[in-house]
Amino acid sequence: MGSARSIALKDSACIVGIGETAVCRKPGSGLSETALQLKAIAAALDDAGLEAREVDGILPFPNLGRAEAFAASLGCENLRFAATLNLGGAAPVAALRMAAMAVASGCASYVLVPAGWNGYSGARTREIAATDSESIPGAKVARDYYQPFGLSAPPQWYALMAQRHMHEYGTREEQLGAVALAMRRHAQLNPGALMCGKPMTMGDYLASPMICAPYRLLDCCLETDGAAAYIVTSRERARDLRQKPVTIMGAASGQPYPADDIVNRKDFHRTGLTTAAPEAFAMAGVTPADADFAQIYDCFTFEVIQQIEEAGFCRRGEGGAFVENGGIELGGRLPVNTHGGLLSQAHLLGVGHVTEAVRQLRHEAGERQVEDAEIGVVTGWGDFGDGSIAILRRGD
Amino acid sequence: MDNALANVVRPQPVMEGLAKEFYDGCGRGELRFQRCTRCGTFRHIPRELCAECGCFDWEWARSSGLGTVFSYTVVARALHPAFMNATPYAAAIVELEEGVRILSNVVDCPPEELRIGMPVRVDFEKQAGQVTLPVFRRR
Repeated sequence: MGSARSIALKDSACIVGIGETAVCRKPGSGLSETALQLKAIAAALDDAGLEAREVDGILPFPNLGRAEAFAASLGCENLRFAATLNLGGAAPVAALRMAAMAVASGCASYVLVPAGWNGYSGARTREIAATDSESIPGAKVARDYYQPFGLSAPPQWYALMAQRHMHEYGTREEQLGAVALAMRRHAQLNPGALMCGKPMTMGDYLASPMICAPYRLLDCCLETDGAAAYIVTSRERARDLRQKPVTIMGAASGQPYPADDIVNRKDFHRTGLTTAAPEAFAMAGVTPADADFAQIYDCFTFEVIQQIEEAGFCRRGEGGAFVENGGIELGGRLPVNTHGGLLSQAHLLGVGHVTEAVRQLRHEAGERQVEDAEIGVVTGWGDFGDGSIAILRRGD
Repeated sequence: MDNALANVVRPQPVMEGLAKEFYDGCGRGELRFQRCTRCGTFRHIPRELCAECGCFDWEWARSSGLGTVFSYTVVARALHPAFMNATPYAAAIVELEEGVRILSNVVDCPPEELRIGMPVRVDFEKQAGQVTLPVFRRR
Protein backbone atom coordinates (compact mmCIF):
# COMPACT_ATOMS: atom_id res chain seq x y z
CA MET A 1 0.00 0.00 0.00
CA GLY A 2 3.03 2.27 -0.22
CA SER A 3 2.75 5.17 -2.59
CA ALA A 4 5.15 7.30 -4.59
CA ARG A 5 4.04 10.27 -2.57
CA SER A 6 5.24 8.85 0.76
CA ILE A 7 8.47 7.61 -0.80
CA ALA A 8 9.43 11.27 -1.24
CA LEU A 9 10.21 11.33 2.49
CA LYS A 10 13.06 8.87 2.06
CA ASP A 11 16.32 10.06 3.63
CA SER A 12 14.97 13.54 4.25
CA ALA A 13 15.36 13.64 8.05
CA CYS A 14 17.76 12.48 10.74
CA ILE A 15 17.72 11.72 14.45
CA VAL A 16 20.37 13.98 15.91
CA GLY A 17 19.92 13.77 19.67
CA ILE A 18 18.83 11.19 22.24
CA GLY A 19 18.38 11.37 25.98
CA GLU A 20 17.23 9.08 28.78
CA THR A 21 16.82 9.33 32.53
CA ALA A 22 17.79 6.55 34.90
CA VAL A 23 14.99 4.04 35.38
CA CYS A 24 13.65 2.57 38.60
CA ARG A 25 10.80 0.90 40.41
CA LYS A 26 11.15 1.48 44.17
CA PRO A 27 11.38 4.11 45.55
CA GLY A 28 10.14 5.90 42.44
CA SER A 29 11.63 8.77 40.49
CA GLY A 30 10.58 11.39 43.03
CA LEU A 31 9.82 13.69 40.10
CA SER A 32 6.64 14.71 38.35
CA GLU A 33 6.11 13.10 34.97
CA THR A 34 6.73 16.50 33.37
CA ALA A 35 10.00 17.00 35.25
CA LEU A 36 11.09 13.48 34.40
CA GLN A 37 10.52 14.12 30.70
CA LEU A 38 12.27 17.50 30.86
CA LYS A 39 15.37 15.74 32.24
CA ALA A 40 15.39 13.37 29.27
CA ILE A 41 14.78 16.29 26.91
CA ALA A 42 17.71 18.23 28.41
CA ALA A 43 19.92 15.19 27.88
CA ALA A 44 18.78 14.90 24.25
CA LEU A 45 19.43 18.59 23.58
CA ASP A 46 22.87 18.30 25.12
CA ASP A 47 23.57 15.19 23.05
CA ALA A 48 22.63 17.08 19.87
CA GLY A 49 24.42 20.26 20.85
CA LEU A 50 21.20 22.26 20.49
CA GLU A 51 19.71 25.08 22.55
CA ALA A 52 16.17 24.45 23.76
CA ARG A 53 14.94 27.67 22.17
CA GLU A 54 15.84 26.25 18.75
CA VAL A 55 13.18 23.55 19.13
CA ASP A 56 10.08 24.58 17.17
CA GLY A 57 8.20 21.31 17.04
CA ILE A 58 7.06 19.00 19.88
CA LEU A 59 5.15 15.71 19.60
CA PRO A 60 4.20 14.60 23.14
CA PHE A 61 3.01 11.09 24.03
CA PRO A 62 -0.76 10.68 24.47
CA ASN A 63 -1.94 11.74 27.96
CA LEU A 64 1.58 12.50 29.20
CA GLY A 65 1.86 16.24 28.76
CA ARG A 66 1.05 19.03 26.38
CA ALA A 67 3.40 20.64 23.91
CA GLU A 68 2.55 24.08 25.32
CA ALA A 69 3.74 23.09 28.79
CA PHE A 70 6.99 21.60 27.53
CA ALA A 71 7.61 24.67 25.36
CA ALA A 72 6.97 27.03 28.27
CA SER A 73 9.40 25.17 30.54
CA LEU A 74 12.08 24.93 27.87
CA GLY A 75 11.82 28.46 26.52
CA CYS A 76 10.73 27.40 23.04
CA GLU A 77 9.41 30.81 21.99
CA ASN A 78 8.71 29.77 18.43
CA LEU A 79 6.71 26.56 18.78
CA ARG A 80 5.07 26.21 15.36
CA PHE A 81 4.42 22.49 15.05
CA ALA A 82 2.73 20.37 17.73
CA ALA A 83 0.57 17.25 17.68
CA THR A 84 -0.17 14.12 19.66
CA LEU A 85 -0.64 10.86 17.79
CA ASN A 86 -3.28 8.73 19.48
CA LEU A 87 -1.62 5.41 18.78
CA GLY A 88 -0.64 4.43 22.32
CA GLY A 89 2.75 2.74 22.39
CA ALA A 90 2.99 3.07 18.61
CA ALA A 91 3.07 6.87 18.93
CA PRO A 92 6.83 7.47 19.44
CA VAL A 93 7.79 5.60 16.27
CA ALA A 94 4.85 7.06 14.34
CA ALA A 95 6.20 10.42 15.51
CA LEU A 96 9.42 9.68 13.65
CA ARG A 97 7.51 9.87 10.39
CA MET A 98 5.53 12.89 11.47
CA ALA A 99 8.72 14.68 12.54
CA ALA A 100 10.31 13.78 9.20
CA MET A 101 7.27 15.20 7.38
CA ALA A 102 7.54 18.40 9.38
CA VAL A 103 11.23 19.03 8.82
CA ALA A 104 11.15 17.89 5.18
CA SER A 105 8.30 20.27 4.40
CA GLY A 106 9.80 23.15 6.33
CA CYS A 107 6.96 23.23 8.90
CA ALA A 108 9.57 22.84 11.64
CA SER A 109 13.35 22.82 11.98
CA TYR A 110 13.92 20.77 15.13
CA VAL A 111 11.23 18.39 16.39
CA LEU A 112 11.33 16.98 19.89
CA VAL A 113 9.64 13.68 20.81
CA PRO A 114 9.53 12.94 24.54
CA ALA A 115 7.82 10.26 26.59
CA GLY A 116 8.12 9.36 30.21
CA TRP A 117 6.07 8.41 33.23
CA ASN A 118 6.01 7.14 36.74
CA GLY A 119 4.78 3.79 35.50
CA TYR A 120 5.69 2.17 38.81
CA SER A 121 5.27 4.78 41.51
CA GLY A 122 2.39 6.64 39.89
CA ALA A 123 -0.93 5.31 38.66
CA ARG A 124 -0.27 1.86 37.29
CA THR A 125 -1.47 1.00 33.82
CA ARG A 126 -4.00 -1.54 35.03
CA GLU A 127 -5.46 0.95 37.47
CA ILE A 128 -5.80 3.58 34.79
CA ALA A 129 -7.59 1.06 32.61
CA ALA A 130 -9.88 0.11 35.48
CA THR A 131 -10.88 3.64 36.34
CA ASP A 132 -10.67 5.77 33.21
CA SER A 133 -12.33 4.23 30.19
CA GLU A 134 -11.86 7.36 28.12
CA SER A 135 -8.08 6.97 28.13
CA ILE A 136 -8.02 3.30 27.19
CA PRO A 137 -7.87 1.88 23.68
CA GLY A 138 -11.22 1.66 21.98
CA ALA A 139 -12.69 3.98 24.63
CA LYS A 140 -16.45 3.31 24.59
CA VAL A 141 -16.07 -0.03 22.83
CA ALA A 142 -13.91 -1.32 25.67
CA ARG A 143 -16.08 0.34 28.28
CA ASP A 144 -19.37 -1.03 27.00
CA TYR A 145 -18.40 -4.36 25.44
CA TYR A 146 -15.12 -5.62 27.01
CA GLN A 147 -14.81 -4.38 30.57
CA PRO A 148 -18.16 -5.76 31.80
CA PHE A 149 -16.83 -9.23 30.96
CA GLY A 150 -13.68 -8.80 33.01
CA LEU A 151 -11.23 -7.78 30.32
CA SER A 152 -10.00 -4.34 31.35
CA ALA A 153 -6.28 -4.23 30.60
CA PRO A 154 -3.86 -4.81 27.72
CA PRO A 155 -2.51 -8.29 28.56
CA GLN A 156 -6.08 -9.59 28.72
CA TRP A 157 -7.02 -8.19 25.31
CA TYR A 158 -3.78 -9.23 23.65
CA ALA A 159 -4.02 -12.73 25.17
CA LEU A 160 -6.99 -13.29 22.85
CA MET A 161 -4.69 -12.62 19.87
CA ALA A 162 -1.93 -14.85 21.22
CA GLN A 163 -4.27 -17.74 21.98
CA ARG A 164 -5.74 -17.71 18.48
CA HIS A 165 -2.27 -17.59 16.93
CA MET A 166 -1.21 -20.57 19.05
CA HIS A 167 -4.31 -22.44 17.86
CA GLU A 168 -3.84 -21.67 14.17
CA TYR A 169 -0.08 -21.95 13.87
CA GLY A 170 0.98 -24.15 16.74
CA THR A 171 2.94 -21.39 18.46
CA ARG A 172 4.08 -22.80 21.81
CA GLU A 173 4.52 -21.35 25.28
CA GLU A 174 8.26 -22.09 25.14
CA GLN A 175 8.41 -19.82 22.09
CA LEU A 176 6.80 -17.01 24.04
CA GLY A 177 9.38 -17.81 26.71
CA ALA A 178 12.20 -17.54 24.18
CA VAL A 179 11.24 -13.90 23.65
CA ALA A 180 11.33 -13.17 27.39
CA LEU A 181 14.69 -14.95 27.71
CA ALA A 182 16.26 -13.05 24.81
CA MET A 183 15.27 -9.68 26.30
CA ARG A 184 16.58 -10.76 29.69
CA ARG A 185 19.90 -11.91 28.23
CA HIS A 186 20.36 -8.57 26.49
CA ALA A 187 19.57 -6.75 29.72
CA GLN A 188 22.56 -8.49 31.32
CA LEU A 189 24.75 -6.48 28.93
CA ASN A 190 23.02 -3.17 29.69
CA PRO A 191 24.05 -1.63 33.02
CA GLY A 192 21.09 0.74 32.67
CA ALA A 193 18.55 -2.10 32.50
CA LEU A 194 16.38 -2.77 35.50
CA MET A 195 16.92 -6.52 35.12
CA CYS A 196 20.71 -6.31 34.72
CA GLY A 197 22.16 -8.80 37.19
CA LYS A 198 18.92 -10.80 37.32
CA PRO A 199 19.23 -13.56 34.73
CA MET A 200 16.29 -15.83 33.88
CA THR A 201 15.98 -19.44 32.75
CA MET A 202 13.21 -21.20 30.84
CA GLY A 203 12.41 -22.93 34.13
CA ASP A 204 11.95 -19.54 35.78
CA TYR A 205 9.72 -18.47 32.92
CA LEU A 206 7.50 -21.55 33.00
CA ALA A 207 7.24 -21.37 36.80
CA SER A 208 6.10 -17.75 36.84
CA PRO A 209 2.44 -17.34 37.79
CA MET A 210 -0.24 -17.23 35.13
CA ILE A 211 -1.84 -13.79 34.71
CA CYS A 212 -4.20 -14.43 31.80
CA ALA A 213 -3.50 -17.46 29.66
CA PRO A 214 -1.28 -17.74 27.73
CA TYR A 215 0.41 -14.82 29.49
CA ARG A 216 2.43 -15.47 32.61
CA LEU A 217 4.01 -12.79 34.75
CA LEU A 218 7.26 -13.07 32.78
CA ASP A 219 5.46 -12.51 29.48
CA CYS A 220 4.58 -9.02 30.68
CA CYS A 221 6.59 -5.83 30.38
CA LEU A 222 8.00 -4.03 33.39
CA GLU A 223 6.27 -1.12 35.06
CA THR A 224 8.93 1.50 35.72
CA ASP A 225 9.59 5.19 36.27
CA GLY A 226 11.69 6.84 33.59
CA ALA A 227 11.73 9.02 30.49
CA ALA A 228 13.43 9.28 27.12
CA ALA A 229 13.44 11.74 24.24
CA TYR A 230 14.80 12.18 20.75
CA ILE A 231 15.25 15.08 18.33
CA VAL A 232 14.73 15.07 14.55
CA THR A 233 15.94 17.61 12.03
CA SER A 234 16.52 17.79 8.28
CA ARG A 235 19.44 15.98 6.70
CA GLU A 236 21.04 19.32 5.82
CA ARG A 237 20.82 20.73 9.36
CA ALA A 238 21.99 17.42 10.81
CA ARG A 239 25.41 17.88 9.21
CA ASP A 240 26.10 20.91 11.40
CA LEU A 241 25.34 19.18 14.71
CA ARG A 242 27.47 17.38 17.26
CA GLN A 243 26.60 13.74 16.62
CA LYS A 244 26.92 11.46 13.67
CA PRO A 245 23.34 11.53 12.37
CA VAL A 246 21.04 8.56 12.02
CA THR A 247 18.96 8.84 8.85
CA ILE A 248 15.28 7.94 8.61
CA MET A 249 15.28 5.88 5.40
CA GLY A 250 11.64 4.94 5.60
CA ALA A 251 8.80 5.23 8.09
CA ALA A 252 5.12 4.43 8.21
CA SER A 253 2.30 3.78 10.60
CA GLY A 254 -1.01 2.02 10.27
CA GLN A 255 -4.04 0.66 12.02
CA PRO A 256 -5.86 -2.65 12.02
CA TYR A 257 -9.48 -2.70 10.85
CA PRO A 258 -11.56 -1.97 12.75
CA ALA A 259 -9.00 -0.27 14.98
CA ASP A 260 -11.34 0.18 17.96
CA ASP A 261 -12.49 -3.46 18.18
CA ILE A 262 -10.19 -6.45 18.45
CA VAL A 263 -13.00 -8.96 18.18
CA ASN A 264 -14.55 -8.41 14.74
CA ARG A 265 -11.58 -8.35 12.39
CA LYS A 266 -12.01 -10.34 9.20
CA ASP A 267 -8.27 -10.97 9.22
CA PHE A 268 -7.78 -11.49 12.93
CA HIS A 269 -3.98 -11.24 12.74
CA ARG A 270 -3.76 -8.07 10.68
CA THR A 271 -2.32 -5.20 12.70
CA GLY A 272 -1.23 -1.70 11.82
CA LEU A 273 2.22 -3.04 11.05
CA THR A 274 0.83 -5.37 8.36
CA THR A 275 0.31 -2.40 6.05
CA ALA A 276 2.89 -0.03 7.52
CA ALA A 277 5.90 -2.33 7.14
CA PRO A 278 5.76 -2.83 3.36
CA GLU A 279 5.20 0.91 2.95
CA ALA A 280 8.23 1.76 5.10
CA PHE A 281 10.52 -0.82 3.47
CA ALA A 282 9.47 0.37 -0.01
CA MET A 283 10.25 3.94 1.01
CA ALA A 284 13.64 2.89 2.37
CA GLY A 285 14.43 0.79 -0.68
CA VAL A 286 15.56 -2.15 1.44
CA THR A 287 14.04 -5.41 2.64
CA PRO A 288 13.67 -6.91 6.13
CA ALA A 289 16.68 -9.12 5.36
CA ASP A 290 18.85 -5.97 5.18
CA ALA A 291 18.26 -5.12 8.85
CA ASP A 292 21.19 -5.66 11.20
CA PHE A 293 18.88 -5.52 14.24
CA ALA A 294 15.31 -4.66 15.20
CA GLN A 295 14.00 -2.90 18.29
CA ILE A 296 10.46 -4.27 18.53
CA TYR A 297 7.86 -2.91 20.93
CA ASP A 298 7.63 -5.73 23.46
CA CYS A 299 4.71 -4.97 25.73
CA PHE A 300 4.14 -8.73 25.91
CA THR A 301 6.07 -11.62 24.44
CA PHE A 302 3.61 -12.66 21.76
CA GLU A 303 3.47 -9.13 20.34
CA VAL A 304 7.15 -9.52 19.43
CA ILE A 305 6.40 -12.73 17.50
CA GLN A 306 3.41 -11.12 15.82
CA GLN A 307 5.34 -8.02 14.79
CA ILE A 308 8.27 -10.08 13.47
CA GLU A 309 5.74 -11.80 11.21
CA GLU A 310 3.74 -8.77 10.18
CA ALA A 311 6.88 -6.70 9.53
CA GLY A 312 7.95 -9.38 7.07
CA PHE A 313 10.99 -10.83 8.85
CA CYS A 314 9.30 -14.18 8.33
CA ARG A 315 5.94 -15.44 7.10
CA ARG A 316 2.86 -15.38 9.27
CA GLY A 317 2.87 -18.44 11.50
CA GLU A 318 6.66 -18.84 11.43
CA GLY A 319 7.42 -16.29 14.16
CA GLY A 320 7.53 -18.89 16.91
CA ALA A 321 10.30 -20.83 15.19
CA PHE A 322 12.04 -17.56 14.29
CA VAL A 323 12.54 -16.54 17.93
CA GLU A 324 13.74 -19.95 19.13
CA ASN A 325 17.33 -21.14 19.48
CA GLY A 326 18.77 -17.68 19.91
CA GLY A 327 17.25 -16.37 16.67
CA ILE A 328 16.55 -12.94 18.16
CA GLU A 329 19.54 -12.81 20.51
CA LEU A 330 22.80 -10.98 19.85
CA GLY A 331 24.68 -13.17 17.39
CA GLY A 332 21.41 -14.60 16.03
CA ARG A 333 19.81 -13.91 12.68
CA LEU A 334 18.03 -10.77 13.94
CA PRO A 335 19.07 -9.34 17.30
CA VAL A 336 15.91 -7.87 18.86
CA ASN A 337 15.78 -5.32 21.68
CA THR A 338 19.46 -5.18 22.39
CA HIS A 339 18.80 -2.97 25.44
CA GLY A 340 16.47 -5.47 27.06
CA GLY A 341 13.25 -3.89 25.87
CA LEU A 342 10.11 -3.17 27.86
CA LEU A 343 10.38 -6.70 29.22
CA SER A 344 13.78 -6.35 30.88
CA GLN A 345 15.21 -2.84 30.49
CA ALA A 346 12.35 -0.49 31.39
CA HIS A 347 9.01 0.72 30.08
CA LEU A 348 10.02 3.92 28.30
CA LEU A 349 6.85 3.85 26.19
CA GLY A 350 8.69 3.00 22.97
CA VAL A 351 11.04 5.98 22.90
CA GLY A 352 13.65 3.72 24.49
CA HIS A 353 13.49 1.53 21.39
CA VAL A 354 14.33 4.56 19.24
CA THR A 355 17.18 5.72 21.46
CA GLU A 356 18.67 2.21 21.51
CA ALA A 357 18.45 1.98 17.72
CA VAL A 358 20.32 5.29 17.47
CA ARG A 359 22.95 4.11 19.96
CA GLN A 360 23.50 0.95 17.91
CA LEU A 361 23.82 2.89 14.67
CA ARG A 362 26.31 5.28 16.25
CA HIS A 363 28.24 2.19 17.39
CA GLU A 364 27.96 3.35 20.99
CA ALA A 365 26.18 0.32 22.47
CA GLY A 366 29.17 -1.04 24.35
CA GLU A 367 29.08 -4.74 25.21
CA ARG A 368 25.79 -5.22 23.40
CA GLN A 369 26.89 -3.55 20.16
CA VAL A 370 25.76 -5.31 16.98
CA GLU A 371 28.95 -5.50 14.98
CA ASP A 372 29.12 -3.12 12.00
CA ALA A 373 25.44 -2.21 12.36
CA GLU A 374 24.44 -0.08 9.36
CA ILE A 375 20.66 -0.50 9.10
CA GLY A 376 18.22 -0.96 11.95
CA VAL A 377 14.47 -1.30 12.30
CA VAL A 378 12.35 0.05 15.14
CA THR A 379 8.65 -0.67 15.65
CA GLY A 380 5.84 0.56 17.84
CA TRP A 381 2.68 -1.25 18.97
CA GLY A 382 -0.21 0.43 20.68
CA ASP A 383 -3.83 0.30 21.68
CA PHE A 384 -5.63 -2.56 19.89
CA GLY A 385 -2.81 -3.26 17.43
CA ASP A 386 -1.91 0.14 15.99
CA GLY A 387 1.51 -0.15 14.41
CA SER A 388 4.46 1.98 13.40
CA ILE A 389 7.86 1.25 11.93
CA ALA A 390 10.97 3.10 10.87
CA ILE A 391 14.02 1.92 8.98
CA LEU A 392 17.12 3.79 10.11
CA ARG A 393 20.63 4.05 8.68
CA ARG A 394 23.97 4.94 10.21
CA GLY A 395 25.20 8.34 8.99
CA ASP A 396 23.56 10.66 6.49
CA MET B 1 -4.52 -5.14 45.62
CA ASP B 2 -6.22 -3.58 48.60
CA ASN B 3 -8.91 -5.77 50.13
CA ALA B 4 -11.19 -2.77 50.44
CA LEU B 5 -11.29 -2.75 46.66
CA ALA B 6 -12.83 -6.21 46.59
CA ASN B 7 -16.27 -4.65 46.95
CA VAL B 8 -15.83 -2.42 43.94
CA VAL B 9 -18.76 -2.72 41.54
CA ARG B 10 -18.09 -4.41 38.23
CA PRO B 11 -17.77 -2.07 35.30
CA GLN B 12 -21.12 -1.64 33.57
CA PRO B 13 -21.87 -0.53 30.06
CA VAL B 14 -23.12 3.02 29.96
CA MET B 15 -26.79 2.64 29.14
CA GLU B 16 -27.25 5.15 26.40
CA GLY B 17 -27.64 5.09 22.64
CA LEU B 18 -27.01 1.85 20.78
CA ALA B 19 -25.38 0.19 23.80
CA LYS B 20 -28.62 0.66 25.75
CA GLU B 21 -30.64 -0.85 22.92
CA PHE B 22 -28.28 -3.83 22.72
CA TYR B 23 -28.32 -4.54 26.46
CA ASP B 24 -32.06 -3.84 26.78
CA GLY B 25 -32.53 -6.73 24.36
CA CYS B 26 -30.41 -8.94 26.60
CA GLY B 27 -32.63 -7.92 29.51
CA ARG B 28 -35.56 -9.42 27.60
CA GLY B 29 -33.60 -12.61 26.92
CA GLU B 30 -32.81 -11.72 23.33
CA LEU B 31 -29.35 -11.52 21.81
CA ARG B 32 -29.76 -9.11 18.90
CA PHE B 33 -27.35 -7.68 16.41
CA GLN B 34 -27.77 -4.88 13.94
CA ARG B 35 -28.60 -6.04 10.40
CA CYS B 36 -28.35 -3.74 7.40
CA THR B 37 -31.74 -3.46 5.74
CA ARG B 38 -30.14 -2.99 2.32
CA CYS B 39 -27.40 -5.63 2.07
CA GLY B 40 -28.37 -7.80 5.04
CA THR B 41 -24.94 -7.74 6.67
CA PHE B 42 -24.93 -8.32 10.43
CA ARG B 43 -22.65 -6.18 12.57
CA HIS B 44 -21.31 -5.93 16.10
CA ILE B 45 -20.09 -3.58 17.77
CA PRO B 46 -23.24 -1.49 17.14
CA ARG B 47 -22.51 1.38 14.77
CA GLU B 48 -24.39 4.07 12.93
CA LEU B 49 -24.13 2.74 9.39
CA CYS B 50 -23.18 -0.34 7.40
CA ALA B 51 -19.45 -0.40 6.64
CA GLU B 52 -20.15 -2.85 3.78
CA CYS B 53 -22.60 -0.77 1.76
CA GLY B 54 -22.83 2.64 3.45
CA CYS B 55 -26.52 2.29 4.28
CA PHE B 56 -27.79 4.12 7.38
CA ASP B 57 -30.91 1.96 7.68
CA TRP B 58 -30.75 -1.09 9.90
CA GLU B 59 -32.83 -3.23 12.20
CA TRP B 60 -32.20 -5.28 15.31
CA ALA B 61 -32.27 -8.93 14.29
CA ARG B 62 -32.40 -11.72 16.81
CA SER B 63 -29.44 -14.09 16.84
CA SER B 64 -29.83 -17.84 17.13
CA GLY B 65 -27.49 -17.51 20.09
CA LEU B 66 -25.49 -20.46 18.77
CA GLY B 67 -21.81 -20.12 18.13
CA THR B 68 -18.34 -21.45 18.73
CA VAL B 69 -15.37 -20.23 20.74
CA PHE B 70 -13.03 -18.30 18.42
CA SER B 71 -10.41 -17.40 21.01
CA TYR B 72 -10.26 -17.04 24.77
CA THR B 73 -8.21 -16.22 27.81
CA VAL B 74 -8.48 -17.51 31.34
CA VAL B 75 -7.87 -14.72 33.79
CA ALA B 76 -5.95 -16.10 36.75
CA ARG B 77 -5.07 -12.78 38.34
CA ALA B 78 -7.66 -10.03 38.16
CA LEU B 79 -6.45 -6.69 36.88
CA HIS B 80 -9.64 -4.93 37.94
CA PRO B 81 -10.57 -4.96 41.64
CA ALA B 82 -14.17 -5.97 40.99
CA PHE B 83 -13.02 -9.31 39.56
CA MET B 84 -10.63 -10.18 42.43
CA ASN B 85 -12.94 -12.84 43.83
CA ALA B 86 -14.03 -14.16 40.45
CA THR B 87 -10.75 -15.75 39.33
CA PRO B 88 -10.16 -17.91 37.50
CA TYR B 89 -12.70 -16.85 34.90
CA ALA B 90 -12.90 -17.36 31.17
CA ALA B 91 -13.44 -14.58 28.68
CA ALA B 92 -13.95 -15.66 25.11
CA ILE B 93 -14.58 -14.35 21.66
CA VAL B 94 -17.63 -16.24 20.42
CA GLU B 95 -18.33 -16.44 16.70
CA LEU B 96 -22.08 -16.67 16.14
CA GLU B 97 -23.92 -18.36 13.32
CA GLU B 98 -24.78 -14.95 11.90
CA GLY B 99 -21.06 -14.33 11.32
CA VAL B 100 -20.47 -11.68 13.95
CA ARG B 101 -18.22 -12.16 16.95
CA ILE B 102 -18.82 -11.00 20.52
CA LEU B 103 -16.62 -10.84 23.58
CA SER B 104 -18.28 -12.56 26.51
CA ASN B 105 -17.76 -15.06 29.31
CA VAL B 106 -18.04 -18.82 29.09
CA VAL B 107 -19.64 -19.91 32.35
CA ASP B 108 -20.02 -23.32 33.94
CA CYS B 109 -17.04 -24.70 32.05
CA PRO B 110 -13.86 -25.56 33.93
CA PRO B 111 -11.22 -23.23 32.40
CA GLU B 112 -8.94 -26.13 31.53
CA GLU B 113 -11.68 -27.66 29.38
CA LEU B 114 -12.18 -24.53 27.27
CA ARG B 115 -11.19 -25.05 23.65
CA ILE B 116 -11.23 -22.99 20.50
CA GLY B 117 -14.03 -24.38 18.35
CA MET B 118 -16.13 -25.44 21.35
CA PRO B 119 -19.88 -25.08 20.56
CA VAL B 120 -21.65 -22.68 22.92
CA ARG B 121 -25.12 -21.23 23.38
CA VAL B 122 -26.08 -17.83 24.75
CA ASP B 123 -27.58 -17.36 28.19
CA PHE B 124 -28.21 -14.22 30.19
CA GLU B 125 -27.01 -13.07 33.60
CA LYS B 126 -28.50 -10.13 35.42
CA GLN B 127 -25.79 -8.12 37.13
CA ALA B 128 -25.91 -6.60 40.60
CA GLY B 129 -26.64 -3.32 38.83
CA GLN B 130 -29.52 -3.41 36.40
CA VAL B 131 -27.76 -4.55 33.28
CA THR B 132 -28.19 -8.06 31.91
CA LEU B 133 -25.12 -9.43 30.16
CA PRO B 134 -25.06 -12.14 27.51
CA VAL B 135 -22.89 -15.09 28.58
CA PHE B 136 -22.30 -18.47 26.96
CA ARG B 137 -22.59 -22.07 28.07
CA ARG B 138 -21.17 -25.21 26.50
CA ARG B 139 -23.67 -27.06 24.33
